Amino acid sequence: MNLTTVHYFHIGVFLILCVGLYGLLISRNILKMIISLQIMVKAALLEFALAGHVTGHVNLAQSIILTIIVADTIVAVVGMAFAVQIRRKINSTSVDRLANLKG
Amino acid sequence: MEAITLPILLLALFLAIMAIQSQKLLTSALFLAGVSIGVSIIFYILGCPQVGVIELNVGAGLVTVLFVFSINFIGEESPSNRSIVPTGIVLLVLSALAILLILSTKPPVSISQHAQEAQPTFASILWESRNLDVLLQIFIFFAGVMGLLGLLAEAKPPLDGAAAAEISEKRKRDLEALEAHGMATSEEET
Repeated sequence: MNLTTVHYFHIGVFLILCVGLYGLLISRNILKMIISLQIMVKAALLEFALAGHVTGHVNLAQSIILTIIVADTIVAVVGMAFAVQIRRKINSTSVDRLANLKG
Repeated sequence: MEAITLPILLLALFLAIMAIQSQKLLTSALFLAGVSIGVSIIFYILGCPQVGVIELNVGAGLVTVLFVFSINFIGEESPSNRSIVPTGIVLLVLSALAILLILSTKPPVSISQHAQEAQPTFASILWESRNLDVLLQIFIFFAGVMGLLGLLAEAKPPLDGAAAAEISEKRKRDLEALEAHGMATSEEET
């Protein structure tokens, strides 16, 4: 199979997505999970930009990427605020400690 | 597509692995900023300079500052090495993804066959075709800011018995003083 630069790029982006997913699955710290989620979203953004470049609809891809960046940033910010509150309540940021229901 | 994108992508991949592998949270956040910088350079090369700049500002700037702020709040915690999901499931998911990758790598598509056509500009697409997205972004911003304010607000501890009694006494005294003052002024008028 004759692989072009686009294919290698696609494979690289997929590997970044896998790295993010791996981090999301193995980490227990909330901030580390947010970092992994950010890496996954960046891979998705790169895939959108690649699709726009390949099909020639670069500006449409840009507008979609802008929406994703905004939503992703808000998710990260609210997640960090959650982490701060959880740290205040249970004095830990490990998701293990969140398994105990109260009441 | 220029071949220069591949080394930058490999650099971003390396930084992403370092961000996951790093034991310290602060180092992870800084590596994440590095990934953001790589992604924004790739955006620029792929012909998306506007979102490249936004990604550089937001991803490498704002999010990193917020991460450092919250790590400062929370403090470093020694992460335990035990995985939250069994390692077998993680490997299964990753191998399923790899199979998906092999299946999705199709023979070369004809690149830039539409590129010669006149394209609407980024601003016209954003404000005219996808104006609902802009409205949604405004709502998300608003919801995010409200959520942040609600979550970061310090909860005041409830007053204990002595403090509550003292406040109610003070309030009663104030009311009595006010009433006496009102009676005094009405007598003066008559």
